[in-house]
Amino acid sequence: MNIRGIHAIYRYEMNRSFRTLIQSLVSPVLSTILYFIVFGAAIGSRMDNISNVSYGAFIVPGLIMLTVQMQSVNNASFGIYFPKFIGTTYELLSAPLSFVEIVIGYVGAATTKAFSIGLIILCTSYLFVDLDIKYPFFMLCFLLITCMTFSLLGFIIGIVSDNFEQLNIVPMLIITPLVFLGGSFYTIDMLPQFWQNFALLNPIVYLISGFRWSFFGVGDVPIFTSIIFMLIFTSICISIIWYIFKTGYKIKN
Amino acid sequence: MSEIINVQNLVKKYDNNFTAVKNLNLKIRQGEIIALLGPNGAGKTTLISTICGLSSITSGLIKVKGLDVIKDYRKTRELIGLVPQELALEPFEKVINSVKFSRRLFGKKDDNEYIEKLLTKLQLYDKKNNIIKSLSGGMKRRVMIAKALSHNPQILFLDEPTAGVDVELRKDMWSIIKELKNEGVTIILTTHYIEEAEMIADRIGIINHGELLLIEEKKELIKRMSVKTLKVKLKKTLNIIPIKLKKYNLKLIDEGKSFLYYYNTGKERTGITSLLSDMNKIGINLFDIQTEETSLEEIFVKIIKE
Repeated sequence: MNIRGIHAIYRYEMNRSFRTLIQSLVSPVLSTILYFIVFGAAIGSRMDNISNVSYGAFIVPGLIMLTVQMQSVNNASFGIYFPKFIGTTYELLSAPLSFVEIVIGYVGAATTKAFSIGLIILCTSYLFVDLDIKYPFFMLCFLLITCMTFSLLGFIIGIVSDNFEQLNIVPMLIITPLVFLGGSFYTIDMLPQFWQNFALLNPIVYLISGFRWSFFGVGDVPIFTSIIFMLIFTSICISIIWYIFKTGYKIKN
Repeated sequence: MSEIINVQNLVKKYDNNFTAVKNLNLKIRQGEIIALLGPNGAGKTTLISTICGLSSITSGLIKVKGLDVIKDYRKTRELIGLVPQELALEPFEKVINSVKFSRRLFGKKDDNEYIEKLLTKLQLYDKKNNIIKSLSGGMKRRVMIAKALSHNPQILFLDEPTAGVDVELRKDMWSIIKELKNEGVTIILTTHYIEEAEMIADRIGIINHGELLLIEEKKELIKRMSVKTLKVKLKKTLNIIPIKLKKYNLKLIDEGKSFLYYYNTGKERTGITSLLSDMNKIGINLFDIQTEETSLEEIFVKIIKE
């Protein structure tokens, strides 16, 4: 295995984030703080507890998920799309790197960035709400796998996209609405019956539910359903990437 | 010289059914400079792309130092450096970081001494901490070469290395290429500039419509294909070519004050002596003679047309 090659890609991607620290780190943290102020303090103070959890604390897992999913997709998609855009993918393809190694480098960096942001938001939330995490180890694992899976999804988007518009279409028009409607700020049972059934078609519901379970021991769906769904989602992303590299789709001529 | 690259029956067909390379065979010797000439769309870049791993192969076999470029891709790619046609560089990165990144991709340990030496050779040392975006086109081209050489390859592919650069820089590039050859690097370059091939290549390959039309030692090719022109200025004007000189296919010019005689330097006899002797016999006196040699460009155009 070309460990140095993987490390080179990983380091290069991480350095790119440090060059744009405000955009990479400060911006998502600031957005989350604003969510806490608006939903947690202003609106949340007038809301009842949900499953014996204050509304401010209740939205923490949803806010973390909202941010890490968007960050994972954006970082990974831009990470691989930018070399495609400026034409430097020739370097990757002509280097003694396997496709798996290229994916590990890019997805690893995007996962690290999103995971770090998730942890920073978690720490920030302690400034606003009292939080007691019931299953901290499970929470970290679930967060890490979510970051990795959405980074894989972002990598696919970056490969498939032919221009910046296409690069933004999936995150803006598909992932953002699904995350907002996936129970970030409410539980599914707060919806009318029809919309409850409809919400269960949203894959993000299972991820937010699973993550919230790790915090409070309760979720919209059983935890095993969330875990199985997560594994299916990860497997689908890995299979698509395997197909892309096997066929050279949008990578090799 | 031993063989370093062996391309056997290579075919490259794109999804739209266009065949860019048709059953191409090519052997490249270690330590030589080979120039691949051909018009746009001839298949030169596709050939390079398949050897370097940028394009998949439809059929055929490519071996680098006896190793298959698909099965043993890690080993073969370690031997190759590639400078593509387009200036493709991360604009916001420093020169030195970009070159180090390329070396690391090849699984090599950092070697600051080697990298600094390389940058010095390419006259980039003073610019090593500059952001690539701030460099001129010529400097960017040098960075591309530095990146391709960062892992110390034995083979260097240069796809149109001097396209769009000024004359002075082009000459600098030629001296860099010659220096690399002296260090033992095998160089394969594609070019539109015949002059470039004429100046630096050991062998010349001509590609058109995905086929290798010929590959030959440059000097041999010029000698074999070269047609020289002898211009004979006469003391007295001729109205027509005399019957005794018809066999020489002479062409009267300058209103009969001169004629042209074409001869091939590759042949054993040029026919000049007998022409001059026959002229003397029929009393045609010459005033002056000049010769002109066919350039590689004319040879190239002739082969492509054929």
